[in-house]
Amino acid sequence: MLTWLARLGRAGLSFFERLGRGHLFLMQVLAGVPGLLLRPRLVIQQIYSVGVLSLVIIVVSGLFVGMVLGLQGYNTLADFGAAESLGVMVALSLVRELGPVVTALLFGGRAGSALTAEIGLMKATEQLSGMEMMAVDPLRRVIAPRFVAGVIAMPLLAAIFSAVGVIGGYFVGVGLLGVDDGAFWSQMQARVDWNKDVINGVIKSLAFGLVATWIAVYEGYDATPTAEGVSRATTRTVVHTALAVLGLDFVLTALMFGE
Amino acid sequence: MKQSTTLEIMVGLFVALGLAALFMLAMKVSNISALNNEDGYEVKVHFVNVGGLKVRSPVTVAGVRVGRVVRIEFDDKLLEALVVLKIKHGVRLPSDSIASIFTAGLLGEQYVGLEPGGADTYLKEGDVIALGQSALILEQIIGRVLFSKAAEGKGQ
Repeated sequence: MLTWLARLGRAGLSFFERLGRGHLFLMQVLAGVPGLLLRPRLVIQQIYSVGVLSLVIIVVSGLFVGMVLGLQGYNTLADFGAAESLGVMVALSLVRELGPVVTALLFGGRAGSALTAEIGLMKATEQLSGMEMMAVDPLRRVIAPRFVAGVIAMPLLAAIFSAVGVIGGYFVGVGLLGVDDGAFWSQMQARVDWNKDVINGVIKSLAFGLVATWIAVYEGYDATPTAEGVSRATTRTVVHTALAVLGLDFVLTALMFGE
Repeated sequence: MKQSTTLEIMVGLFVALGLAALFMLAMKVSNISALNNEDGYEVKVHFVNVGGLKVRSPVTVAGVRVGRVVRIEFDDKLLEALVVLKIKHGVRLPSDSIASIFTAGLLGEQYVGLEPGGADTYLKEGDVIALGQSALILEQIIGRVLFSKAAEGKGQ
């Protein structure tokens, strides 16, 4: 009984310790961000590996998600004789929810896990402590550019996802199922609001980008410097990113659309 | 050097693609290009009941959209709803026009339809449209039909 209590206490303490360390880590990384203005190349390199290389999976998933939305939405809306509203349905669900959320989940799996593994391996092979020996702060040289790159890339990826998804919905709805072309776009334009829907979606994706990248770089930096430790950290990145994004999505949605 | 320029070009293309997607969302998907923040003059109209009318609902004349609803308030002097419409510059409407609240389709969104009158003077900023016809509330219509049916039954 006592050992059980002790274990519970230790687990609780280590949870709060990790939480606190994570926030202190974020502060340190943010302090290193202004210095990157002098060395933009570091960020550009990371945008390439985080953003450009994620492009294929984002475009393909976006296309298919949009096409599925078109099919499913058409079947349901046709029952109410409102098949012309397909454009509104596809665009609103993509811009408000699916764009930011699915992009963040894919981003966590594709880019976040790579970031964690890379930083964790740097730590395991003592490259990070090597940098410290040479008086180079790894937080500024390694972590901060990756963090900034993730925060920049995520909203762009989410916007691409939504746009491609709308096009996918258009292909299925108008091309395959015969919804009227004009009604598809005009109803969409009448109901989708720039400030309320699109901008809120961008804000969401920015918040998700921040959280997903933060988790990824923190897990890598905080990993136990062994092969097993890095693999565990990578798993934790994917799981924690998914949980954090979905939880945060509820809070943001309640704030934005709860009225 | 060769490789680093390709990398920069790729990143540049990526950012451009992202911004293009955002631009498409702005112009093609949302209504930023249409009647957002457009200039116009405001006129007021009182309704007994606005039903499901919302801010940003369209204002039409003869089926053509000429403006939007910008504010809906409760006027505690007249105990009626005060609706402020913003109508595009260049659309001149006779000052005795009638405003009614219609529903697009059976269960569609509600909008304000203006019927032009025959006066020589035109509506301008701050004017009040004298006649506002309320929204049809489904429950009231059903109630009225039932009531008249009941009255018929008594007469026989």
